[in-house]
Amino acid sequence: MSVVNVKFAGLGGTGVIKASDVMAELVFEQGYDVKKAEVHGMSQRGGSIASDVRFAKGEEVQSPMIPTGEADYLVVFDETQVVVNEAFLKQGGVLLTPADIDVSKLENVKALNVAMLGKLSKHFDFTVDQWTVALNKLFAEKFHEGNKKAFMLGREG
Amino acid sequence: MPAFDPNAKKMLISGNEAISLSMRHCNVQFAAGYPGTPSTEILEDYSELGGYAQWAPNEKVAAEVALGAAFGHARSVVTMKMVGLNVASDVLYTATYTGVDGGMVWIVADDPGQGSSQNEQDTRNHAKASVCPMFEPSNSQEAYDFFRIAMQTSEKFKIPVILRMTTRVDHSKSIVVPKEELPAMVPNFERNIAQHVMVPGFSKPAGRKLRAKMDEMEAWNVAEGPNKVEMRSADMGIITSGISYHHVREAAPEASILKLGMTYPLPMQLIKDFAGKFEGKRLLVIEENDPWLAENIKAAGIQCESKYDPIFRFGELDVNRVRRIIAGDRNPDPVPVKGKPPMLCPGCPHRSSFAVLKELDCIVSGDIGCYTLAALPPISAMDYMIDMGAAIGMGIGLRNVLPREQAKKVVSVIGDSTFVHSGITGLVEAGYNRPDTGHVVVILDNSITAMTGQQEHPGTGRHLDHSPAYKLDYGAIAKTAGFDNVYEVNQVKEPEEFKRLVKEALEKDELTLIVAKSPCILALKSILAWDKANKEKAEKALAESEAAAKKNGNF
Repeated sequence: MSVVNVKFAGLGGTGVIKASDVMAELVFEQGYDVKKAEVHGMSQRGGSIASDVRFAKGEEVQSPMIPTGEADYLVVFDETQVVVNEAFLKQGGVLLTPADIDVSKLENVKALNVAMLGKLSKHFDFTVDQWTVALNKLFAEKFHEGNKKAFMLGREG
Repeated sequence: MPAFDPNAKKMLISGNEAISLSMRHCNVQFAAGYPGTPSTEILEDYSELGGYAQWAPNEKVAAEVALGAAFGHARSVVTMKMVGLNVASDVLYTATYTGVDGGMVWIVADDPGQGSSQNEQDTRNHAKASVCPMFEPSNSQEAYDFFRIAMQTSEKFKIPVILRMTTRVDHSKSIVVPKEELPAMVPNFERNIAQHVMVPGFSKPAGRKLRAKMDEMEAWNVAEGPNKVEMRSADMGIITSGISYHHVREAAPEASILKLGMTYPLPMQLIKDFAGKFEGKRLLVIEENDPWLAENIKAAGIQCESKYDPIFRFGELDVNRVRRIIAGDRNPDPVPVKGKPPMLCPGCPHRSSFAVLKELDCIVSGDIGCYTLAALPPISAMDYMIDMGAAIGMGIGLRNVLPREQAKKVVSVIGDSTFVHSGITGLVEAGYNRPDTGHVVVILDNSITAMTGQQEHPGTGRHLDHSPAYKLDYGAIAKTAGFDNVYEVNQVKEPEEFKRLVKEALEKDELTLIVAKSPCILALKSILAWDKANKEKAEKALAESEAAAKKNGNF
């Protein structure tokens, strides 16, 4: 297989980094080579933020950054950031935005990133259990129950 | 606890996390630094892994304490971002002369693309100018491995060594398989005055010995350095280092590559041998920022192509840019869609401070921190910003030359951590070379180093690990330096009082320090928790000692 490229984007504080950590952890646990890149610092102060996850089996991931036009998936947590990042999406790539989620059913709006992961999960063969293990590893226990609901809302909604 | 399991056989971690783990596995005994993106997390993670680390007032002091530890036969580390090396360079340029008795690694993090920095300087220039050996990792595994090699090289050749990081290597995550621990060193004092005291009589021969040592190290680098020759295509060879290696692998999978892991002193024979394989074919040098490898390789008489610097020396490289370099594309970079710029958080105390400074139409000599964002619209209320601590000196310079009505509007504005870093000598300057109109200095004291992600400093009263420490009194320093007036005010709770104090200070021809004290809203919860934990610990210790005294009948 070739390298799979997933780009997460949003504004500082919308859970971009966390979501990319979950995706990276999931594929790492499944034995893929994986790299993840993002920019910290000034960009955390409410500005645009993006994080790239690249993974492959049977070959090495080289650059940690997804080249323009090569993202297989672009997962955006804030609609305003679609236009900022759409140049990264490849022809025929999958764009996921909050419009794909019934946000009114989210018990906690902060779990939007997890719901988006649920939506994204439908495009991969990983099991719900595998996703749950990765989610639980990255979040404190008090969020596990809520995350499960948010994830399933995205996955099944 | 760190965000990863340090005992795992294989882990997905950032370059900074990999270094912190390698420091533990190398049994580093002493680590110091000053926070600076993208280097900050190294010492925090190292401390959480059980290592001993401390924040220093600035990078120069951090380097000095780490050097002292290395003189004492310990393994020591100092961390900083690249501009911090300017502050600490005075130490480095002579520490290479003395060398070290234990081992010492300088972790210096460059920021190509200026994600969070005031310039785009390239540390490789410092390595050459200070004659300091340098390693450049390209991913987390190499960050882990090269730290160890850097430390071992430092011990073998008795010289400080730079581990040059870049933002992408610091903050990207990739897979690391750790190695076994190195046995610890045993600290010990050994008198050797000629080695450790750099008066000219000792430093002149030391300078010559240093150059001879570089010849030895170059030979070592050729024979044993962490460099890799990957022969593929016979038509194109690429010489590269650091993160650029991975971009090159992806952009030109067929190209042969000489990947340099140790870039000072350069393994010139290795480079010549590689270049020799591509005579009459293409030989390219691909590197981020300055044409540093290219210039040194060309100066050695080796013909090679290098990137088109009017475009490609600026910013980070990526796969697309490397493809363009190889294709000889000299068109300007495509302009990306502009994202939302960073801004001061809602409720940030800096908003209250700059609202007043703007209302009073001050000429603001500013400094480095979150509050530098006040220079941007819609606030646009900072007029100058250069380097750590410059607010005060530049303010005094302006006061000295501007017409009186303008001079009277000049205010120096500096954050608490930045003040401790390099602002104190500015206060001494104000007292010593007092402008006729006096001066007004405002310390924006949000009780933390906020910009880099909430680190402690000597003004917070807590150490790197948040345990209690002596707390610096800014007002006392100002009074000692010759300031006439010192005020403290919470500018968020009492904006009118803050405004009155600034206004009155501007009207007087005196030296006034106003400490505008209101905590960073992001840090407030942590600050309260740290102070509560420290208080409880102190009370418990007191109760225990009282109980012990009672038991022993001494009460």
